[in-house]
Amino acid sequence: MKSPMKPTRPLIEAIGLSISFGPLHARNRVVDDVSFRINKGEAYGLIGESGCGKSTILRVLSGLNGDYEGALTLNDRELPKKRDKDFFRRAQMVFQDPYGSLHPRKIVEKVLSEPLKIHGFDRHSERIAETLDAVGLGASFRYRYPHELSGGQRQRVAIARALIIEPEILLLDEPTSALDVSVQAEILNLLKRLRVERNLTYLMVSHDLAVIAHICERAGMMFKGRIIEELTSQQIRKSEAREDYTREFLQASVEAVERGPEVAA
Amino acid sequence: MDKPLVKPLIDVKDLTIRFETPQRTFDAARGVSFTIGREKVGIVGESGSGKSQTGRALLKLTPKVATISAGHMRFKDTDLLAASERDMRKIRGNHISMILQDPKYSLNPLMRIGQQIVEAYRLHHRSPKAEAREKALAMLESVQIRDPERVFTLFPHEVSGGMGQRIMIAMMLIPEPDLIIADEPTSALDVTVRRQVLTILDELVTRRGTGLMFISHDLNLVAGFCDRVLVMYAGRIMEDLPAKELPKAQHPYTQALLQSLPRLDAETEELKVPVRDPSWLDGPVYRNGVLA
Amino acid sequence: MTDKAITSPAIPTAQPTAGLGAWLRAPVPTSPFHARMQQFWLQWRRLRANGSALFGLCVIVFLLIAATFAPLLATHDIFEQNLATRLLAPSTEHWLGTDELGRDVYSRLLFGARITLYIALLTTVIVAPIGLIVGTTAGYLGGWVDTVLMRIVDVFLAFPNLILALAFVAALGPGIENAIIAISLASWPPIARLARAETLTIRKSDYIAAVRLQGASSLRIIFGHIMPMCIPSVVVRVTLNMAAIILTAAGLGFLGLGAQPPSPEWGTMLSSGREFVMTSWWIAAIPGTAILITSLAFNLLGDGLRDVLDPRHG
Ligand SMILES: Nc1ncnc2c1ncn2[C@@H]1O[C@H](COP(=O)(O)OP(=O)(O)OP(=O)(O)O)[C@@H](O)[C@H]1O
Ligand SMILES: Nc1ncnc2c1ncn2[C@@H]1O[C@H](COP(=O)(O)OP(=O)(O)OP(=O)(O)O)[C@@H](O)[C@H]1O
Ligand SMILES: [Mg+2]
Ligand SMILES: [Mg+2]
Repeated sequence: MKSPMKPTRPLIEAIGLSISFGPLHARNRVVDDVSFRINKGEAYGLIGESGCGKSTILRVLSGLNGDYEGALTLNDRELPKKRDKDFFRRAQMVFQDPYGSLHPRKIVEKVLSEPLKIHGFDRHSERIAETLDAVGLGASFRYRYPHELSGGQRQRVAIARALIIEPEILLLDEPTSALDVSVQAEILNLLKRLRVERNLTYLMVSHDLAVIAHICERAGMMFKGRIIEELTSQQIRKSEAREDYTREFLQASVEAVERGPEVAA
Repeated sequence: MDKPLVKPLIDVKDLTIRFETPQRTFDAARGVSFTIGREKVGIVGESGSGKSQTGRALLKLTPKVATISAGHMRFKDTDLLAASERDMRKIRGNHISMILQDPKYSLNPLMRIGQQIVEAYRLHHRSPKAEAREKALAMLESVQIRDPERVFTLFPHEVSGGMGQRIMIAMMLIPEPDLIIADEPTSALDVTVRRQVLTILDELVTRRGTGLMFISHDLNLVAGFCDRVLVMYAGRIMEDLPAKELPKAQHPYTQALLQSLPRLDAETEELKVPVRDPSWLDGPVYRNGVLA
Repeated sequence: MTDKAITSPAIPTAQPTAGLGAWLRAPVPTSPFHARMQQFWLQWRRLRANGSALFGLCVIVFLLIAATFAPLLATHDIFEQNLATRLLAPSTEHWLGTDELGRDVYSRLLFGARITLYIALLTTVIVAPIGLIVGTTAGYLGGWVDTVLMRIVDVFLAFPNLILALAFVAALGPGIENAIIAISLASWPPIARLARAETLTIRKSDYIAAVRLQGASSLRIIFGHIMPMCIPSVVVRVTLNMAAIILTAAGLGFLGLGAQPPSPEWGTMLSSGREFVMTSWWIAAIPGTAILITSLAFNLLGDGLRDVLDPRHG
């Protein structure tokens, strides 16, 4: 750490980010002039309705898609469109769909040892055991194929794969939407604990506002490819918003919960 | 909501799904019994508790290594246990639809979305291409996809997670089935879209008398949406009760699940993680709030 | 935490408690090697349960044995000509009859198995990797690499197999090794096409995206992650090709550009027996049947392997 004082410059910054798909004559702009900053050790959320471009932003930031306009910076340095290995060492992503994100022909051990090999880590076996333990999978899962795991178990393997090379930034695309509430609670506790222990920075997408409010300090509300406003977790909890759309969105979530059961204290 | 069930759509007794590999024998379902009438039945439970496999077993879509055994397993008057693969195909195509947990894997990756829906439609309704196209667009619209014309021409990898789920839902409604098995159909949807999609499902149940088996791990959602809830744990149904009663559930497991939810109205540093008691594995189960 | 607690419904089945069987059946593998061996064992069990694949495997093993022990199993010298015994029907002396030069068909068939298997296996060993590498590279990298490689493939595909092989043999000179090279050069393009098509669907998947995000190089992704997914379909394709390879080799032999006449190559035997097919059916029918059964065996085995190699195929 260079300075013990609160860093004034953000760790990650997006400036005027625009992302389009499709052939030149029929470009479809999916993300439109989005800017945000995330400080070191902070957790930033992206919320918004399905299809508004949340995953697309994450894929661009992670380096999967180099076709964008605007700039992304890490530690004040602009990221090249084609990321280098050092970047991948520092930032890892967890995908939305646990069924698609594990290689169907690789056992869990192989999945986890691959990043260790790529980045030249030592103590493969111990690290794999530790990480599996950290995500709540026992040693019996180590040599299983993905098709022998349930959705939640796969997602935990995916999280383990991201954590195993000890990155400082985690990009989380709905990491718990495929998990049941008990595992979700475990994973959220885990994510919260790891953030403190390892001083991680999160960028997290979720449609569950309670999850975002639990993990993130701030969140950007997206609508049709734009961030229309930023909210703190307190504002999310209290449904305090400037924009009408945001207020409706927050209100709908609260109702959804209220229609549900009241937990006996 | 608890109508007297004259004749349930699905009647399962003592269903056991056994995975047998030389290395391990594992029962994904252990003596599961339930009925589904023309109502919305939610199945909740933690990951790996056997929800999906139970749903698949009704269509005999469990993996090859799994063997299904049961006291009986009936769909209307058909004995599913005795049904041949040919009968099952007919049932799957026309009477029971399943919305799979992994939407993108169920779509052909090399075919445009629109084409797939049109083909599925024409399989069940004799109609000219143009009409099928109209219907397909209308269907996409009905599941709240914003610009159906564009999505029509996309490939499965080009749609967002939530869109994929909605496309699957749209396709499953085409044959107008008697029973829909929906395996976490809304896990990737935000609240507003989810509500609209649920409204569609709800309409089907109330208007057309379709039965719905709704697999989910969102307790709030199930409690608000379904008529009845089955709580599964380690391959058994621990609790079977009206959805409205969920907060008053008896089983400590159900209670623990409810308490592990993050909440908007109460900030907590750490969420409660259910502590599993080995005695639950074969312990008592509850039906409508009383010991069964 | 979670799953350690819910593993208890696993029911121990009555199994041997010691030795190799127990090691292979152990519920929790203790090392990657252990896991791999268990996987092999499971695959073997699956293959064993697949009747037609097992039949294919048996035929091929039988052929391999016949080829290996041909000198011991043969009853006559395969080159010795004896015009007195020409065109004899199958009998106890000549089990499968004699050909137009009085040579024993049974013995020639045995030695022919050597040549046929040699050609078939060697071409496969050459063709499959080339096709795989070209196809997956083109498919994964896309862009100009794809365009260039696929244009080359198109050029090769524009000519019929035999014509192309002919041209190569003409350039390289006759002989069985050159025939193999020629056939290989002519038969990798369809495999490259196939591998590319598979790669196109695979490369968009999240699990490939995930390894990219781990910083894996393209080389690593192609060899370590994409190829394993393509191999089953390539295996099937290659075994399907086997019949065509054997026939192309025969065609080359017939034209004097492949195996040379006294050599008991099946295709050569078949084409020389053609003239006598009306009077002495066995000269053509026996090598023909051998070719048929061999290619069928390869097909059945290939089909079975596809199922076996796919771990999802529970
Ligand atoms: N490769 C692509 N080609 C064309 N359009 C694409 C592509 N990838 C994404 N899109 C479009 O971009 C839009 C945003 O997709 P994105 O996956 O970012 O949504 P999202 O906000 O993550 O939604 P969800 O919550 O449903 O996952 C969608 O309309 C989608 O169709
Ligand atoms: N092919 C298989 N071989 C062995 N075990 C399997 C196989 N498929 C599933 N299982 C096991 O069966 C159990 C039940 O799986 P199932 O998919 O029904 O869980 P689920 O309740 O749907 O969980 P989730 O909410 O995570 O989807 C799991 O413990 C899983 O490991
Ligand atoms: Mg998304
Ligand atoms: Mg499931």
